Order: sequence, then structure tokens, then C-alpha cells
Amino acid sequence: MTELLLGTKKGLIVLEGDPSAGEPFLMRCRAFPGEPVDFAMRDPASGRVLATVTSPFYGPKIWFTDDPAGEWTQAEGVALPEGGDEALERIWVIVAGDGGSLWAGGDPGVLFESRDGGQNWELNQALRVHRVNDDWQPGGGGLCLHSIVPWPGEPDRLSVAVSAAGVWHTEDHGQTWRRGNRGILPGYLPEEAREEATQLCVHRMERARRDPERLFIQFHGGVYRSDDAGRSWSYVGEGLPSDFGFPLALDPADPDSAYVIPLRGDFDRVMPDGNVRVYVTRDAGATWSPRGEGLPEREAYLTVLRRAFGQAGEGASLQLYFGTTTGEVFGSGDAGERWFTAGAHLPPVFSVAASA
Amino acid sequence: MPLVCVHGPLRSLAGGRAELEVGGSTVVAVLRGLEDLHPSVSGWILDERGAIRRHINVFVNGERGGEQTEVRTGDRVEVLPAITGGT
Repeated sequence: MTELLLGTKKGLIVLEGDPSAGEPFLMRCRAFPGEPVDFAMRDPASGRVLATVTSPFYGPKIWFTDDPAGEWTQAEGVALPEGGDEALERIWVIVAGDGGSLWAGGDPGVLFESRDGGQNWELNQALRVHRVNDDWQPGGGGLCLHSIVPWPGEPDRLSVAVSAAGVWHTEDHGQTWRRGNRGILPGYLPEEAREEATQLCVHRMERARRDPERLFIQFHGGVYRSDDAGRSWSYVGEGLPSDFGFPLALDPADPDSAYVIPLRGDFDRVMPDGNVRVYVTRDAGATWSPRGEGLPEREAYLTVLRRAFGQAGEGASLQLYFGTTTGEVFGSGDAGERWFTAGAHLPPVFSVAASA
Repeated sequence: MPLVCVHGPLRSLAGGRAELEVGGSTVVAVLRGLEDLHPSVSGWILDERGAIRRHINVFVNGERGGEQTEVRTGDRVEVLPAITGGT
């Protein structure tokens, strides 16, 4: 049985089903009705579910529970220092690190860590100093720290991506940070400003579990790959119908495999030609192939947000799920070869997290 | 002391009470006092800057107030979610 945690504009929705059946999943429960749930995940270490909720009235909060259909508890420490000149706007993502920590990224470009399973959180001050002292500029969705990629087996090594402040790395558990953006070319800036640019609009980043030196990013303009732990990047977007998109997923079993869902461009953020396709590479980005069996083929002008692409399992039985801003969820139980509708008629989907 | 009136989820955070007497000479002082009495309210009405959240309205004796609006004993400070917050 696979569980999908869907963060939606109108609450957390939990679906359950068997992808091999190829049929819509059943709805187990809905929590935070009416509230925007930006992200939800199940901590593999504790089994606890955590959700980030940004009430338009009462501000961003993290909540946790052992049973998403039951009572939720508000986490402590999810705020910026009191008396400053800025407030926390939103929590975009929570990721389980190696070594027992949970990490949360948010707007304005901030990172929190919890060492007690999500009950208490502490702001990472070292990254915030960079954010305050450097020229970090927000992307269209705000100044969002949306991607957090631990290093398997090395809990002190971590990389994060910020829109639009690029990629940052730490090797001492967040005490110090360095940029890692060489080779990323922002085509949206004047040519002479691109080389040293720091206003880099990374849309999503993931690390290959079996080859942690390898990272992929879906950038505002193109897919890039790094083979040196994010120090430098190479463009690997040839063969895709567009350089623009948000979601990205990797196969934990295969460092050469990656999945993206291109949109037409920043001028028109829908599927090219109204044709829903997931693109896969099996050779680290040298070539890309469309996968669409079971997906809408025409007049489907859908949008998939950056965190609305989740996965479970690996290899030939890798499960992939993506949700749209028009309330559909599509799934595959065979690494993207065939797709089925896992959910429909839902609120706009902000995030998808799968566990099997 | 001014009388603070809360609604919705704020009521359960404030110990299940809809009305509470809280000391203070300005709206923000009264709201900080409410947080001192009921720490669970922290972050729900005032943000980290000490500002009333964008989609929260505070009325003092029926008139829209701000952080520095003066309040006196017996004044009614009503905290309401705005009608503009959701879509």
C-alpha cells in the first residue's frame, strides 16, 4: 500500500492505494480543511507526519502528528528572531536528514533544524547571515528555500537551493556555508552579468543517493548536472521540449536516471502543446525521452509546482506521482512507463510526498 | 484593564475563553500581555516584528485600531480575521 500526502490549497489530503491496480487511490482523511498546506511528509525515522500550514490569517506554522486523521500539535520555534525587521512568510519543505535531524526550508530564504523529530525547531543563523548580508533576490514565489538534499551517511554535509539565490553547501552541519553555482548561466540576466551572478533561480534540486557527488537541478533556464558535489554544473537540457519547469525526481537506485516535467516557459507555465509528458533520462542527461502512456494527450494545459512531484521505491518499480494546480494526481508504479489517475477533483496541489 | 475578545482558533489557544482582561496601554502591549498569559497565542496575532498580521483586524470599542492605538481600562479590544485573507 502506498500513501500519498498531498499539500493542497484547501488542506492536507491523504490518499492510499496500490499503484499496480492502476486505479484511483482512496482518500483516507483530510486535515486542516480550508487552510493552505504547503508541504507534508512522513518522517521515515519516527513515522510521524509533519505538515507546513500557512494560514492567511495567522501565519506559517509546522504541525506534527502520529495519525494524520487525529490530533495535530503545533511545533515550537518556527519563527524568525523577535524584534527584527522581517517575518517568516512560509515553510516550503521539510526533509529528513541522515543522523536524525529534520530540516525545514522557507521564505525568506531560511533554514530550520529539528533534532527531536519536529517538535522544536532552531533557525540556522549562519545561512541567515549570508541572506542578510548578500544580495538575495526573491523569485516569483518569494525568497524560498525549497530544496534540501542531505548527503547519505554524512549528516554534516548538506546542500540547499534557494530561489533566487542559487545553491549553497555546508560540510560542518550548517556552521558555515559556501556557494556552488559555477557553470549555471542565468539567461534572464544581461550577458555580461551572467558569469558572476548570484541571483540564480533554481527551481528544484536533488542528489543521487548511490552517487552523492552527483546532483541535478531544474533551473529557471534548463536542467543542469553536477558530478563534483555541486561545485560546478553542466547544462544537460538538450532534447527537452523546453528549458523551463519546476519538478525533478531521481531514481535512488540509478544515478544516471532523472525525471522532469517541462512547461512551455516562464511566459506560459503549462504543458507544451497541451500534451502531458514526463521526460526521463537514463544516461545522466545526455538524452531525454517522453513518457506519457495513460496521461492526457491533448488540450491539457496543466501546471505542476516544484514540490508536487513525489516518489517511492526505486529501480523498475520506482513509483512516481505528480499533482497539478487543477487538482489531478497522476501516478506510475513502473518508473514512468505507464501512468494512471490517482486522484481527481482535488484543490490545487502544492506538494506530493509518497511512501510505500 | 482592557477586555480582549478573540474568535475562532484563537479562543482555544487563549485557554478556551472568548474574553480576557489583559493589562496594557496600547494595542500591542495588550496583545503581548495576552501572549504572556497564554504563550500558545504567540505568533498567531503579532508576527516577529511585533506587527499585527496582515489579515488580522483589531477593533478598539468598534473602531479599527493599530499597534499603537491607546487603550484604557474597560476598553474592548476585538481581534478578528479579516475578510480578505482567503481565496
